[in-house]
Amino acid sequence: MTAESEVPVASATAGESEIAVTGEASTAPPLLAITDLTVQFGPVLAVNGVSLDVPAGPFGLGLVGESGSGKSTIGRAILRLVRAAGGTITFDSKDVGSLHGAALKAYRRDAQIVFQDPDNSLDPRMRIGATITEALRAHDIVPREGAATRVGELLTEAGLEPAFAERYPHQLSGGQRQRVAIARAMSVQPRLLVLDEPTSALDVRTQAHILKLIDRLRAERKLSYLLITHNLGVVSELCEQTAVLYLGKIAEIGRTDLLLSRPAHPYTQALRSAVPEVDVAGRRSRIVLPGDPPDAASPPAGCVFHPRCPLAIDRCRTEVPQLREAAPGRRVSCHRAEEVLAGTVSQ
Amino acid sequence: MTAEGVQPPAPAAQESGGRLAIADLEVRFGARRVVSMADLRLDHAEIIGLAGESGSGKSMTTLAILGLAHTVGATVTGSITLDGLELVGLGSDRLRAIRGRRIAAIFQSPSTAFSPVYKVGSVFVRALRLHGAGKSEAEDRAAEAMRQVLLSPDLMRRYPSQLSGGQLQRVAIAVAVALRAEILLADEATSALDVTVQAEVLDLLRGLRESIGMSILFISHDLAVVAELCDRVAVMRSGVIVEQGLTGEVLSAPADAYTIELLASVPKLAGAP
Repeated sequence: MTAESEVPVASATAGESEIAVTGEASTAPPLLAITDLTVQFGPVLAVNGVSLDVPAGPFGLGLVGESGSGKSTIGRAILRLVRAAGGTITFDSKDVGSLHGAALKAYRRDAQIVFQDPDNSLDPRMRIGATITEALRAHDIVPREGAATRVGELLTEAGLEPAFAERYPHQLSGGQRQRVAIARAMSVQPRLLVLDEPTSALDVRTQAHILKLIDRLRAERKLSYLLITHNLGVVSELCEQTAVLYLGKIAEIGRTDLLLSRPAHPYTQALRSAVPEVDVAGRRSRIVLPGDPPDAASPPAGCVFHPRCPLAIDRCRTEVPQLREAAPGRRVSCHRAEEVLAGTVSQ
Repeated sequence: MTAEGVQPPAPAAQESGGRLAIADLEVRFGARRVVSMADLRLDHAEIIGLAGESGSGKSMTTLAILGLAHTVGATVTGSITLDGLELVGLGSDRLRAIRGRRIAAIFQSPSTAFSPVYKVGSVFVRALRLHGAGKSEAEDRAAEAMRQVLLSPDLMRRYPSQLSGGQLQRVAIAVAVALRAEILLADEATSALDVTVQAEVLDLLRGLRESIGMSILFISHDLAVVAELCDRVAVMRSGVIVEQGLTGEVLSAPADAYTIELLASVPKLAGAP
């Protein structure tokens, strides 16, 4: 699933290969383009000037970060579930913020979201079949007579027996309910899926099955998705590219395997080093970040990460680092990214 | 800046208690048996992982050890001994003196352990007073325990909603430390935490084992966390331990098909060795 085996991480040509997967080298416009997005909740800038592109599928973009990093808010802003305070989101080159009427309805079909907890997105009083039929009928995907057949196909595609259509959500396990949520999202033939912690509430074996399902749908339906998760293993398996968020900003973005094996931002390094691994013998030593994430209502001056950054220098306390290309295909908002990548400084 | 930097200050040495032995334990709801545990032993200053998925019976095992299984309608038979003292069938007064005081527990959601309408310190001090400490002694011990878990005692003046999940879980651990608990049951205690915060709590647990000889039963669905923390691991499925042994041995050469499947399900991390 990953390209790890094809591209030796330490090889000198690794950088060149980073570009190919990002889609930046192609001239096709991205399916989704987020430019300088800002979302504000009261005094808190939950998302602070984020720009991201998602190319046409099949493609997976991972958004990782810890609580309060703004990753879920970005997903919600894409679906217009929260209002952007600034910046633009375009889908198919059309401005999502100004869509209305038929164009908005079409967008609501093209872009779907799957949440962490399917209990909150499935109506407990509706049978599974009715829930999916509602989506199909709302967008006039199939005529009324064909709905039942289509529901059966969608359930089968999601790895469930067609007979599940007759059941209620409470009669299903958590993993089965998440399959239903995915089947419903896929029922309207979206081109973009926002997956917000889709497996975080599931047991590890169930998670593995859901990840396989997403991977299969990506290939079969040429799907693009934004996968929001705190689990670096999940983006490793499913996303070509990953953005690491810290306090509403992108710390680093690039090809997933290279970003995780050779992080360029000190925060990515710390995050990567904190992930527990079964193979204890081969672990890298852990980097402990001092203190807690700062108050988002009054972020620190300069680099938002500098109060916790073991590599911070005077410049970091005053000058906001811009997101810039520190290696081919890798953009990093850290004044010292080149030094980190070159290994001339370490934590 | 590595993990070694985080060590609680050395407190008074604890005696070598904290041995838990479970034998032929059965937990039932009516005719339905949810736990059937032949043998599990936790030694002094040992950290054992109890790994399994939801429904494997690991949380019911926790409740049985705490003598609380009956509160959810389950019946317990068999033997659970704490340093030789049989807990199954022990009177509720004697159990209450042990629960919290000698055997403490922390859970996935630390906010459920603190009433939202009381300041954290007031819950903390009350727990100590329930177990016999005088008012000023309780306050002193609470402050000392807060420092031991690397938190400022000032946080005790806040309400639970004003603390992060990681801070609140540390306070819950501090309560156990202040009560000089010999055994800590940690039931998915780091599962809801961010990965960097989880790593800090794992450091803290390791530190408590070193510094005060705390024995820890670490219950988790996450084999990677178990691999990091635990000396030994017991893998549970449908109420039964399918395999147990030294963590490194079980996870590098699992003998049971279920353990193999669990390990195969852990997402592979790019850049892993």
